Amino acid sequence: MSELHTAPVPRRNLELVLLLLALSVGAAAFFLVGSSSDANDNTDFFVQTGILAGLALLMHIMLRIFAKYADPVILPITVALNSLGLAMIHRIDLAKTTDQSMRQLLWTTIAVIIAAVVLWAIRDHRMLRRFTYIALLASIILLLLPMIPGFGVTINGARIWVRLGPFSMQPGELAKITLSIFFAGYLSSNRDLILMAGRKLGPLQLPRLRDMAPMVVAWVLSIGVLVVQRDLGSSILFFGLFIVMIYVATARISWVLIGLLMVAAGGVFAAMTMSHVTRRIDVWLNAFSPEIYQARGGSMQIVEGLFGMADGGLFGTGLGQGSPYRVPLANSDMIIASFGEEIGLIGLSAIVLLYMLLISRGLRAALGSRDTFGKLLAAGLSFTLGLQCIVIIGGVSRLIPLTGLATPFMAAGGSSLLANWIIVALLLMISHNSRRPMLGGVGPTDEVATPGAITTKAVKNV
Amino acid sequence: MNDLVLSLFRLGFLVLIWLLVLSIVGAMRRDLAIGARARTGAPSARALKKNPELAEPEVSTRKAASTLHIVEGPLAGRSIPLQGEPIMFGRAQDATVVLEDDYASGRHARLFPQGSRWFIEDLGSTNGTFVGDSQLTRAQPVEPGQRIRIGKTVLELKA
Repeated sequence: MSELHTAPVPRRNLELVLLLLALSVGAAAFFLVGSSSDANDNTDFFVQTGILAGLALLMHIMLRIFAKYADPVILPITVALNSLGLAMIHRIDLAKTTDQSMRQLLWTTIAVIIAAVVLWAIRDHRMLRRFTYIALLASIILLLLPMIPGFGVTINGARIWVRLGPFSMQPGELAKITLSIFFAGYLSSNRDLILMAGRKLGPLQLPRLRDMAPMVVAWVLSIGVLVVQRDLGSSILFFGLFIVMIYVATARISWVLIGLLMVAAGGVFAAMTMSHVTRRIDVWLNAFSPEIYQARGGSMQIVEGLFGMADGGLFGTGLGQGSPYRVPLANSDMIIASFGEEIGLIGLSAIVLLYMLLISRGLRAALGSRDTFGKLLAAGLSFTLGLQCIVIIGGVSRLIPLTGLATPFMAAGGSSLLANWIIVALLLMISHNSRRPMLGGVGPTDEVATPGAITTKAVKNV
Repeated sequence: MNDLVLSLFRLGFLVLIWLLVLSIVGAMRRDLAIGARARTGAPSARALKKNPELAEPEVSTRKAASTLHIVEGPLAGRSIPLQGEPIMFGRAQDATVVLEDDYASGRHARLFPQGSRWFIEDLGSTNGTFVGDSQLTRAQPVEPGQRIRIGKTVLELKA
C-alpha cells in the first residue's frame, strides 16, 4: 500500500476561512429560498444560519482541541453540503407546506454533536481495531433489527426502518460504518495470509477457499439484504465496499474479478426472479414509454426529475424559482434533481465536485495513514460516501437504475445524516493521525507489513 | 423583488458556490504539487514556535543492534548477523532460522527492522512468543539485552 507524507502543519486557520466561505454559501442559499417565497419571510433564515454556524464552529473548536492536524477541507465541504441540503428541504417545505426542514435541522444538530463526541471519545482510530468482530456482530444486528415484527416498518416497499416512539431510524445506515470497521480490522490482520497463500493461475493468483470465507459472508449479507429487505441500494453499497477494501488491502485484481463475477451472478439472478428489481430495470430502460410512466411505481418520478433538470438548463431557474416539488420525494431521493432544476448544470457540477473533493480528501487521509487499519478504514469510509453518490446521482440522471440510497448530507433523513457525520468524524481523526508529527524515533505504527520480505509460497502448519 | 435583482442573486449564488470549490482546490495545492516545489521537509522557525511538537525528535544515541545470539535451545551458541532484513523463525523449511522444536509453529515469529530499532511480531503461533516474561500480542520493539523466547529457544539482540 502506498504512503504519502507532507510536512506537518496544523492549518486550522485555513479551515476557519473555508468554513466561513462554506457558511456564506449556506446562508446565501437560505436567504434566496426565504426571500423568494410569497411571504418573503426571513425569520427561518436567521434560525437556520445561526444554528448551522454554531454547529460548524463547535466542530471547528473540537478539531482545534482534539485533532489539530486534521485535514482542513473536510469540515467546510461537509458543512456546505449539509446547509445546501437544508436550504433545499426548506424550499420544498415552503412549496408543499410540510415541516421537514425543522426535523432535518434537529437531526443535523444531533449528528454534529454525536460526531463531536466520537472525535472526543475515540481520539485514535486504532482503538477501533479492537472491536473488529464486535463490529461484525453489530452490523448483523443492525441489519436484522428491521426484521423484528412490531419493531420494523415497511416504507415504500423496503423493510429497512425501525420505529422507536416518534422516531424512525434506518439502522442499516450505521451498518456501513461498523462493516467498514470489521473489514478494515479483518483485512489488516489477515492481509499477509491472503496475499501469500493460494494457487497461481496464469497472471492471476487465486485465493485459498478459506480466505474466501469472509468474502462469501459479505456476499450472502448483501444478497440477503436485497432479497429479504428489498433494498437494492444498500446491497450494492455493502458488496462494493467489500470489493474495494479487499482490493486496497491486497492490490490483487483477481479478487475484483471474482467479486464482479459474483455481483454479475447475483444481479442477473435478482433481475430475473425478483419483481421489484425487474421493475426497476424496466423503469430505467423504458422510462419514457407512456405505460411505464403512468404505472404505479413507474417512471413518473425519474422522468419528472429529468424534465426538471432540463428546465433548469445551464444556469438553473434560481433557488425558489423552479417547481422541483412536482417530483415525488423531491427532498430526499430526488434532491439532486431539485438542485439540477434550481441551480442548473453549473451549480450541480459544483455540488458533484464538492463530493469528489470530499472523497479525494478521505482517500488522501488513507494514503497518509501510517497503519494498515487506518488506511483501510479511511479508504472504506470514503468509498462508502463515493458509492452512495454514484448510485443516487447516477440513478437520478438515469445512468443506472434508480435505487433509494440517501444523497450524503443533503437528502432528508436523520439516520443517513447521522451515519455520514460519524464517517466525517472518523475521516478527520484518521487524517489527524496521519498528518501529525511523529513522536519519538519510531512512528505510531503498530505494524509494518512488508509482504515482499517473507518469501513463502505456501503457508503450512501455521 | 424585481427580476433584475433576482437574476443577480441567482448568478451571485453560482459564483459563490464555485468560489468555495476553487478555494478548496487552492487549499489543496500543497498536496497536489508533489514535486520539487512542494514544501515538504523541515518546518519553519515560526511554525516551530507555534507548535513545539513539530521539532524533530532527538536522534537516539542508542547503538543499533547488530547481531542476534541464540542463548538457549537446540541451536544454542549460534549467532546471526543482522543486516536490515527481516528474519522469520519457525519449523517450516523456508524460515530464515529453522527451529527443530516441537514447541515452535511452522511460521512462528518475525523479527524486522524499522527505523533504528528491531521489532518482533508473533505470526499467530500456537505457543506464543515471549519478550521477557510477557507474551506478545502485537509487534513490539526489542532492545539489546532483552530475552525473546520462542518454544525452547531463547534469543537475545547484541549491539
